[in-house]
Amino acid sequence: MRNAFASEITELAKRDERIVLLSGDIGNRLFDVFKKECPGRFFNCGVAEANMIGMAAGMALSGLRPVAYTITPFITARCLDQIRIDVCYQQTKVVIVGTGSGLCYASLNVTHQSCEDLATLRVLPGLTLLCPGDPVETRLSLKAAMDNDGPVYLRLGKKGEPTVHKANPDFSIGKWIELVNGSDVYLLSTGNMLSVAMQVSDNLAKEDVSCGVMSCHTVKPLDADSLARVFGLVKLVVVVEEHSVLGGFGSSLAEWVSETRVIARLLRIGIADSCLYKSYNQSEAREAYGLTAEGMTQKILWHLQQL
Amino acid sequence: MNPSLEYSQWRAIDLQNLGRLLRGDILEMSFRAKTPHIGSALSCIDILACLYWTNSRLDPKLSGAPDRDRFILSKGHAATALYAVLARRGYFELELLKTYANVGSPLVEHPVLGSVSGVEVTSGSLGHGLSIGLGMALASKVQKINYRVYVLMSDGECNEGSVWEAAMTAPMYRLENFIAIIDYNKWQATGRSNEILALDPLAKKWEAFGWSVRELDGHDLTSLAQAMSHIPDGSGKPVAIIAHTVKGKGVSFMEDDNNWHYRIPTGEELAEAKRELGLK
Repeated sequence: MRNAFASEITELAKRDERIVLLSGDIGNRLFDVFKKECPGRFFNCGVAEANMIGMAAGMALSGLRPVAYTITPFITARCLDQIRIDVCYQQTKVVIVGTGSGLCYASLNVTHQSCEDLATLRVLPGLTLLCPGDPVETRLSLKAAMDNDGPVYLRLGKKGEPTVHKANPDFSIGKWIELVNGSDVYLLSTGNMLSVAMQVSDNLAKEDVSCGVMSCHTVKPLDADSLARVFGLVKLVVVVEEHSVLGGFGSSLAEWVSETRVIARLLRIGIADSCLYKSYNQSEAREAYGLTAEGMTQKILWHLQQL
Repeated sequence: MNPSLEYSQWRAIDLQNLGRLLRGDILEMSFRAKTPHIGSALSCIDILACLYWTNSRLDPKLSGAPDRDRFILSKGHAATALYAVLARRGYFELELLKTYANVGSPLVEHPVLGSVSGVEVTSGSLGHGLSIGLGMALASKVQKINYRVYVLMSDGECNEGSVWEAAMTAPMYRLENFIAIIDYNKWQATGRSNEILALDPLAKKWEAFGWSVRELDGHDLTSLAQAMSHIPDGSGKPVAIIAHTVKGKGVSFMEDDNNWHYRIPTGEELAEAKRELGLK
């Protein structure tokens, strides 16, 4: 996702001189091409994220289109007041990009993990939340974010995520993408869980369970049309995210369900309300939280039996 | 004095006299709406008056122009000072001041971007304005449009770490068009600013961070006008103006009394203050 982002922002900035890229002292080599192709429009803001977000808001108020980029917890939790006031309340057209979201940096300790960002940002009025599922969606999300008439948070994984889409799908903010049709259960996946969700669907097919998969690249605003459709089609709707089960995408669906007349059950799969204090890489951390294809398959089968 | 006078006519008028009128506006607003921060507004009003009546690039006729100078009241709690200045300078009708802090009024207790002409930034949470102003000043370089950006902060506001993040950043880009003004009235909400955190030596701190520092009496309009008149100064540095001020300046019983950070004047106190200012 990271490389797709760097390549796409360079292409967009070549065509639009208003685009400036702000980085919190990371990704120096990653943006070498940007710096060469768009001289004078890359700003290393140092390890000073609150100032970086304020700067971005000031630039947007002056007619530029700033994109601010650094590791997710540092560009969300660290500078939340600047995002809340300078970006959201003022509705400045800033694109905030968090890289290494969720458990991507599990091995670096909880300091670098980000399992709360959707919860904290989802409540801010006027902020669009995009969580692309693969490198293809990353490019499409960024393009849509730059065209959006308001601030956007773009939640990325790291590098090396599998490409799920064989070709560019139709993409617009707030319209989820259906990858697999299903008639027993639907899996709503957001962000970098998409390739795992596809494996779960394959696993369930072997058990004669028809599992649809939807890539929910937009966490806010919700795609109410798709929700109404899948909740009308199946008995169990499962939502998966590499984020805390508290306050994130799954919680936003629970809120939707609470206000809507539906029969299907909602099951949330995500990170338990706890921290990992020992050394794990991303796949080991996912395993510890049951976020593997096998773990999710068993959990869904068990819940289907209970219906 | 006719508040609808044009800018050119205002220039000839004694700014001291204008300062009395603006102080009267601040007192009236706080009294009518029962809102605090009178002392904070009175300490910075001469700085605002000097800026808006000596800089022709801060002009309601330039509202929205890409090359206008920008002023950010980062110490948003002094909103009455900003509203009085904007109204008297012709950004909006003077009558609107009477609605300050009323239900549905655009004049909120802390300024809101776009609420009235002349409010460039939403402020109130301290430590935001310098970074936003820095982004604006940097945008001027990227877009090759010449303008200056002034940010007024309080001394207490310099407690915020984000102020020093911005202070470290501006010299990196040689932002000569960027001016930080500190209303150094030596008080913050609950006590003497130098007894709460170690602010001094404030001028030396800004110098050490790479700024061109000017230290002056923030109520001496001649010094203020001189300090503001040579920017950019060719040094390649952003400018920090440390303005020594008196909280509550202009009303004898409010001066340097921090109770007026939160206190609301009674009717008698308002009348006494206006008598001192020579206002009806």
